[in-house]
This record gives sequence, C-alpha cells and structure tokens, in this order.
Amino acid sequence: MKNEVIEQARHPVLIFWIIAGWIGFFLIPWYGVEDGFFRFEWLFDGYPFDTDYAPAAFLLMQGEKLWLAPLLLPLVASLAVLRFRKSDPAYGTILIFVGAIGFSMLIAQGFGIGIRGFNFAWLTAIFGELGDRQFGMGYGALLLATSFLFLFTQGIAARGAVNGDVFVVSAIGGVIVVVSIFVFFPIAKMLVAAFITEDGRYSASVFTTKFFDDRIWGLGCLSGTRCGVAWNSLFLAIIVGFVTTALGLVFALVVTRSGFRFKRGLRALTVLPIITPPFVIGLALILLLGRSGAVTVFFADLLGVQPTRWFYGLPGLLIAQTLAFTPIAFLVMIGVVEGVSPSLEEAAQTLRANRWQTFRTVSLPLMRPGLANAFLLGFIESMADFGNPLVLGGNFNVLSTDIFFAIVGAQYDQGRAAVLALVLLFFTLSAFYAQRVWLGKKVYITVTGKGDAGVHPLMPKRLSLPVFTVAAIWGAFTIIVYLMIVFGSFVELWGVDNSLTFTHYITAFRVSYNEFGIQWVGSAWDSFWTTIYIAAAAAPLTAIVGLVTAYLLTRQNFAGKNAFEFGTMLSFAIPGTVIGVSYILAFNVPPIEITGTGIILIVSFVFRNMPVGVRAGIASMSQLDKSLDESSLTLGANSWQTFRKVILPLLRPAILAALVYSFVRAMTAISAVIFLVSAEYNMATSYIIGRVENNDYGLAIAYSTTLIFVMLAAVGLLQILVGRTKIGRRTQFEAGE
Amino acid sequence: MAEIQITGKAAPVLFENVTKRFGPDVVAVDNIDLFVEAGKLVTLLGPSGCGKTTTLRMIAGLEMASEGRILIGDRDVTKLPATDRDVSMVFQSYALFPHMSVLENVSYGLTFSGFSKSETRDRALAGLDLVGLKGFDLRLPSELSGGQQQRVAVARALVLEPQVLLFDEPLSNLDAKLRRQVREDIRAIQQDLGLTVVYVTHDQEEALAVSDQIVVMRNADIAQIGTPRELYDSPVDRFVADFIGEANILPCVIDTVENDRAFISIEGYQHILPARGLVEGPAKLAVRPSRLVIGAQGGFQARIAKATYVGVRMEYTLEAGFGSMFAVQDEVNAPLEVGSDVTVGFAEKGPVLLPEA
Repeated sequence: MKNEVIEQARHPVLIFWIIAGWIGFFLIPWYGVEDGFFRFEWLFDGYPFDTDYAPAAFLLMQGEKLWLAPLLLPLVASLAVLRFRKSDPAYGTILIFVGAIGFSMLIAQGFGIGIRGFNFAWLTAIFGELGDRQFGMGYGALLLATSFLFLFTQGIAARGAVNGDVFVVSAIGGVIVVVSIFVFFPIAKMLVAAFITEDGRYSASVFTTKFFDDRIWGLGCLSGTRCGVAWNSLFLAIIVGFVTTALGLVFALVVTRSGFRFKRGLRALTVLPIITPPFVIGLALILLLGRSGAVTVFFADLLGVQPTRWFYGLPGLLIAQTLAFTPIAFLVMIGVVEGVSPSLEEAAQTLRANRWQTFRTVSLPLMRPGLANAFLLGFIESMADFGNPLVLGGNFNVLSTDIFFAIVGAQYDQGRAAVLALVLLFFTLSAFYAQRVWLGKKVYITVTGKGDAGVHPLMPKRLSLPVFTVAAIWGAFTIIVYLMIVFGSFVELWGVDNSLTFTHYITAFRVSYNEFGIQWVGSAWDSFWTTIYIAAAAAPLTAIVGLVTAYLLTRQNFAGKNAFEFGTMLSFAIPGTVIGVSYILAFNVPPIEITGTGIILIVSFVFRNMPVGVRAGIASMSQLDKSLDESSLTLGANSWQTFRKVILPLLRPAILAALVYSFVRAMTAISAVIFLVSAEYNMATSYIIGRVENNDYGLAIAYSTTLIFVMLAAVGLLQILVGRTKIGRRTQFEAGE
Repeated sequence: MAEIQITGKAAPVLFENVTKRFGPDVVAVDNIDLFVEAGKLVTLLGPSGCGKTTTLRMIAGLEMASEGRILIGDRDVTKLPATDRDVSMVFQSYALFPHMSVLENVSYGLTFSGFSKSETRDRALAGLDLVGLKGFDLRLPSELSGGQQQRVAVARALVLEPQVLLFDEPLSNLDAKLRRQVREDIRAIQQDLGLTVVYVTHDQEEALAVSDQIVVMRNADIAQIGTPRELYDSPVDRFVADFIGEANILPCVIDTVENDRAFISIEGYQHILPARGLVEGPAKLAVRPSRLVIGAQGGFQARIAKATYVGVRMEYTLEAGFGSMFAVQDEVNAPLEVGSDVTVGFAEKGPVLLPEA
C-alpha cells in the first residue's frame, strides 16, 4: 500500500504553485490597484488592457514594462520539473534554480525601477535614461513572488533539507521572507535614512552630527538646565523598571503567599493593561492631578496657592507608567513566585530555617532571575511607551515622542527621526538581548515537571505587614484611577463645570434612524468601525503567523533555528514608534507602496503582535508531548496532516487566545498607528489623541471608556468560548457512551 | 468484517556503518552494523544514554543517520522521513491523540494509506479485536486504564501491517504485575503474526523474557549480540556479564590451555572450563551468584561477611583474599553464621573466562 503511494510521482502542491505563478503573471493586475483590489471595479474598467490594471503578460503584449519579460523564463522553466520524479536530483535542482532566479529577478526589478525610472545612478549610467516608471506591486506580483518562493522551498526540501519535509521548509521560508520584508527591511531602510543629507546624498558626517546632538545626549540637568532625550528616557525607564518590579513582587506575594481572601479579584488586575489603551491612565491622572485636577485643586485651596502644572513631566510619567506597567510585572512575578519549588522551601524549613530565613535565603535568590526579567520588561515597556509621554510629558522630552515630533512637527526631519529611533532601538534591543542571553535559561529553574506535592509557606510576618500596606495603597489608587476614567466620561467639563451629562457619549456615538436606515452620525463611529475592521482583519493573520512560528520553534529542528527564533521575537523589542517611522520610510515608495492604506495598518499589527501569538503557541505546544507528533508521523501522516489533525485541534484554546489578544492589542495600539493612519483609515486611538490635543478631554475619556468595555467584552467572550471547548470535548465523550 | 485479517509483512532491517551525531561533539550511535531478521523480536538493551533509543528512532525515521546506510527489506530508507517508511512505533507514553476516540486513533494511520472508509473502519475494529478491546471503540483515551491505553497504541501500530514494528520501552509506565501480562501478549501477537519487532528496554529481565535476540549496547556502540541464553552463559566481557544478570568478577590465572580447555587456579583452587580463545596468564572470571558453591572440596578460603534472608533463598556476602563476592543459596533452613570461615568453589557449568582488563 505504502510503497504505491510513494511511487506515484504526482505532486499536487507543486502543480498548485506552478499554476498560481502563471495566474499571477497572466491574469491578475500586476500593479497595485488604487481603489482597492477587492472592490473589483478594475474588472469593468479597461481590464485587461488598461495599463493600470493589466496583468504582466498584457503589459508585455502592448510593449510596456519590458523589464518584466525575463520573468517568463523561470515561469516556463518551472514546467520542466513535471517530467522528473521527486527522487531525481534534477527535480530539486530545477526547482531551486527556478525559485531563486525568479524571486531575485522580481526583487531586482522592483527595487531597480521606481516612480522616477531607475532608482540607482549606476543603472542609469549603464542603460541610459529609462523614460518609464513603475508603481507599487500588486496582487499579480505578490502571487508570482509567492509562487517562486514556494517552488524554491520545495526544491530545497527535495534536496533533503529538514528530512525533505515540504510543509516545514515552506513554512520556514515563508516566515523568514515575511519577517524580512516587514521587520528587517524597514529597520534597514531607517538605518540608511539616518545617513541621508537634505539634498538626498549619503554622508556619514550628517549621521554623526545628528547622533551627537546635545538634544539627545546633553547632560545639562546635572548643572541645572535640561538633559538630552536619551538620558531622560533611560532615567525614566530604569526607575519605572525598578518600581514596577517591586510592586509586581508585592502583589504576587499577596496572591500566592498569603491568606488574602480576594485573590481572584487581584488576579483580574492582570487583565487591565491588556484592555486599557496606553494613554488612558495618563488622561485619568490629569483629571486627578493635573492643573485643574481634583487633588491639585484641593491642596491648592488648602494651602492658598495657585494650582500648578507640577504633574506634567517626570512625576506624572513615573506615576502613569508605574500604574500602567505594574500589572505586567505582576503577571511575570506570579509565575516566578509560584515557580519556586515548594519542596525546596519545605526542605529549608525542616533544616531549621524560620519563615523569614527561608524567604531570604531560598525563595528570594531563586526568584532573582525572574525579578531581573520583570525589570527588563518594565524597562522596555517604559522606553517604548508613547501615549503617556504624549499626554503627560510636558517639557520632559523622551525618545518616543521626540521621534513623532521630528516627523510630524514643523521641523519635519526624517534623518533626525531615524537617528532618534536608532537610539531608542539600541536601548530596547540591549534590554531584550540581555533578557534572552543572560536570563533565557535561568528563569523557572525549579519547575521540573515532576509532581511536587509541597505547599508554599505563607509570608513571614515581618514581610507581610509592609507588603500588605503597599499593596493596599497601590491597589486602592489603581481602583480610583479606573473609577475616574468612567466618572470623568460623564462630567461636562472637568474642573470648570462638574455637572453630570451624557453629552460626550452622544457626540461620539449618536445613532439616528431615517428612511435610509440606521445613520451612524456620532463623530467617533468612523474611526470605531475602522478600528474593529482592521483589528478583526489583523487578528487571524497574527494568529496564523504566530502559531506556525511557534510550531516551527517547538517542534522542528533546522539549521539556524536560534537566529530564526531571535528574529521572530525581535519585533517585541522594537518600539511602536520605531515601527511607525520605519514603515513610513520603507513603504512610501515602490516596490511595496502601501502607506495610507488599511493594509499597512494590518501589516504593522500583525508584526507588532506576532510575538504574542508565538508565545501563546509555544506555551501550549510545549505542553503537548512530542511523541504525539512522532506517532502521527510513523503512522504515515505527513507534517502538514499532523499539524492539522493533531496539533491544531489540541491547540484550540491557544488559537482563540491568540485571536482575541491580537484583536484587543490592535484596538489599543497607538505608537505605530499614529504614523500610519490616513484620512480614510483613522483609528480609534489616534482619533482620541487628536481630541486630547484639542483639550476635548470629555469626549476622549468617553471614547476610551467605551473601548475598555468593548475589549472587556471580547476578553470575556474568550473566557466563555475557551470554557465551552472543554465542555464540548466531554459531551462528545458522553455521546460516545 | 470477519474476513479482515491483520497479517504481518515482516521485512528484515539492516544497518551498515551507521553513525548518529547530535551537533559536532555528541556521538549517540557510533558506526554500528546490525541485522534484524524478518519475523524475529530483537531487543535493544543497555543503560540509559547508550544509544538504544536513538537506534530505534533511526529505524522509525524520526532521526536521520549522520553516516551509513539503513535498509528495510530491499529498500534503502536512509534518507526517507518517518512518513514514507513502512514502520510503526509504540511509544513509551503511548502518544494516543487525546482529542480522538479509540477508533479514530486506530484508524488514524489507515486514512493516510489509501483505504476506503469502510475498509478503514473494518481494519481498525479487527485491530481492536486482536488486542482484546472489542467494544471500547468510542471511548476517549482518557477513559481507559494504562494497560488498555497501551493496547490501543499497539493496535494502532498493528493495523498498518508494518514491515517493522517498534516498541520504545512499552512497559515502563505499567505496574509490575501488568508488565508480565503485557509482555507475554506482545510476544504472542508477534509470534502469531510473524512480525519483525525491534524493542527497546533497559530492563534485562524483560529482554531475556521476550527476545529472539538481544543487542546489548554501551556508549553508543554494540557490546554483544546474541540469544538470551548466549548472553547469559557466555558474555564477551565484564560489562555484558554484569549487565545481564549479576556476576562476580574474580581475578584468576590460566595455567595451561589444552584443546580449548583452560586449567585455571584461583588462590590455589583449581577449575577447568572453556578457554574461549584465551591464553596462559592472568584473566578474569565471571561467576553468577548461584554458581558459587559454598563448602566445596578444595575451594578457596572465604569468610561470611553478611547473611540476608529473602524468603526463597539466602544471600551471602563473602570476603576472600582478592575481594568480596555475592552468593545465593537455596538452603534456608540452616543458614551459615556471619563471621564463619568457609571454602568456596564453582559449579561445573556457568563460570565464564573473560580477558584481563
């Protein structure tokens, strides 16, 4: 039976991709369709002969864009492979050549020829003026490129890479290519931009001037004036890292090492940062501590002084970021504190250490790597934070906002933005690198997977008193801040007219009925629906890329796996502002011209949130024993069938989680989004920031509150769905009885 | 359904100079040659880390040989992935798919082998019948006992009628009583269907009980291949002697060799046994505890250092001039006193000469 299957030399996957390539070249419009491909208006508007909508083949027939002609060669050559058997060495060789040559020709013409003819002077020098131009590639080009890529991966698979596994090789190739295009290429482009002078030449001196600018590295604050943004950011990030780690540990101790009764409520804290847009905390704090904030006004009256803007700047940022990022540290520290093996602590106690000595000599040292991990996370989050500095920064400049102002402000200096982004990237990548290399192997050191029947001891007395005090104060503060958000949305004009009103909600979300049906007349609806639509489109893509990557990382071994892992997790450490700037620089011009479209927003979300999907996937896949895959393989399923029939069904909860979290994160994101939105595609968060800049706090907070509740609903729905899949399994069993 | 018969399509397995490396430094299997005859049950036995599981996984195609050739039947499978080899494997953890019923688990491999739906079902049911799990087809794996899960795993592998069936420590998750039962079942099915089975274990008793042949492995290499009897009665070196059953390794001197019979002496005690190619001079002697005769005429001197009563027999630790030995005696009614001096000799058959070092 088996032998016959192997000897049949039909390769449906191969034929599929060859056909896809031909369709891409002969049927689908080659260049990007301005009005949107999926409206299909192009079909009735001169297709296939109008050069705007023509497939490559029709362009060539009309004598246009002749540089596309060589692509026909590999396309035709790919047919030759059908004459060979898979075991024939020629089969692999042909595919590798066809794929590699086709793909590189496609890239070469894409980068070589842009909107002003040849992109490089030396090309003009050799070939003379081109007298023609091309725009961003469209779906035809995309399909052909994909086809070449997968022909290439099938070629290397046939030559024996990863045991000749076509699915795995193709998945690796696919992930590498998309990550290169959408993470590494923009960053590289930004690096180059830092060296470009105003008249478009390359110069190292322009980089050094901008890099060693006093506005970045000045140390004036030591002598009474102001420090450079780099120092500001670094200083802020270090303090926030320390404070959030300490608070995270405090809350983790309360949850895991005390008789506190409302632990589940405390755990709900961890959901807060997921559903809160990053600047909302800042907004709420302004209501409390800003110039006309409740607390500021109260003390000003008490002391008989003028209320000041004391809160804007370092103090405000510190408080806002600590509030925003403590839950993240809390989440990490719960894992760390629970990860300390109870039997080690019990052993210490039987060796006559008291509770305090046990904590100090055993538990705390075992938590050390986890503490460092939480610190680095807080550091990265603070560095990358954009929303709070924008709202609260005042005169205290940080890197992420300075990048924004360099691009959108009066100065419009791409080079400076690029240099600032590089500095920021340097800080976050160093922290990320330290976390991976230095801590990667140490964390969770005592979780062995063997049953550990011990029980964690309670906190020692001398620890529990301060811990509870701090937790109570900070917990109460957090609750007040969140109440302020809801309350503030009902107040007419904070600090001036404190009467309660629904005005803000009505302005934002008014709906009226007339003979044309429901009219979304509220000012927020546009951005709201765009946000939902973009987030919903990005979520499944994020989940797919994330889970496939996680599958490759946990289940497969291949050369360069470590570099692959580092590359895919890297986008976690790239601040959103950096992504925003680099995307503008990279995707504003052909061959990939997607600025101003919804696609660029979707793409930025997919690659910003990919590490979330990867982590969710890794976490649940590492719980599935590898022998499940192996038994499926020895039973004759190939790796794609194994992935689909064994891994995916068992991962259903992880898939749902990845879907919902990437959806929610796409709704709350601001830092990258603010660079990429356009009049047509405005997102909720950037709309809110716009309101804040116009001092329209009421509407901004009302909109934020709505978003929080929408996302709370999404997360709640997830909980219900994940719960239901488990029940579903049991009913299946009961039916079987 | 009755006409469906699960049969074997047993094929031999051949390893030629096979080496497996993990990374540049770690050699898991070092240049081994191995032949597994069709229709035989061969055990790979050895301490953990000796390369036995790696060898098994190379037959399955879950690891690829770094060097050398692997043949199953006439086919060179060296480069073939697991999916394309006609081999199935029973895993230590059983690896039943938790989201599929027993029947779905057993049918799983058949759906990829080009059987029609009804034939797949009939074969799977026949397979379940064969392992005595008729009527359990709609249960989930989590609703079965460990032994039943194990049998599902066996059925799942059997229904594909593989050329070679592999077992990776199949009994290690079962309790002691069940172990004997299951290993007898496995042996019975193997012999009834004439399957080629390669079986990994680190339990020498299990290996002796089920195998046609045992491959003893040590440090990525094969130490000895032979029938259970050959390994027990004539181990090639002290590693094998000590690993298969227990053995006392004693120093001795070969005085003369005649017609491949060696005349040896050990502290004045004389004994004659097969020379196994050894020549005059110092050598080592492997003696099973049961082959030490306490109170033998003309034996060497020893003192009882420890005496333990374990029910069916007595166990003694003896101190002699060259070191200590471990002996057992079936005589439990009149045990020897600790501290008493005795003479010790060897049984007629049993002791084996080993080369020095």
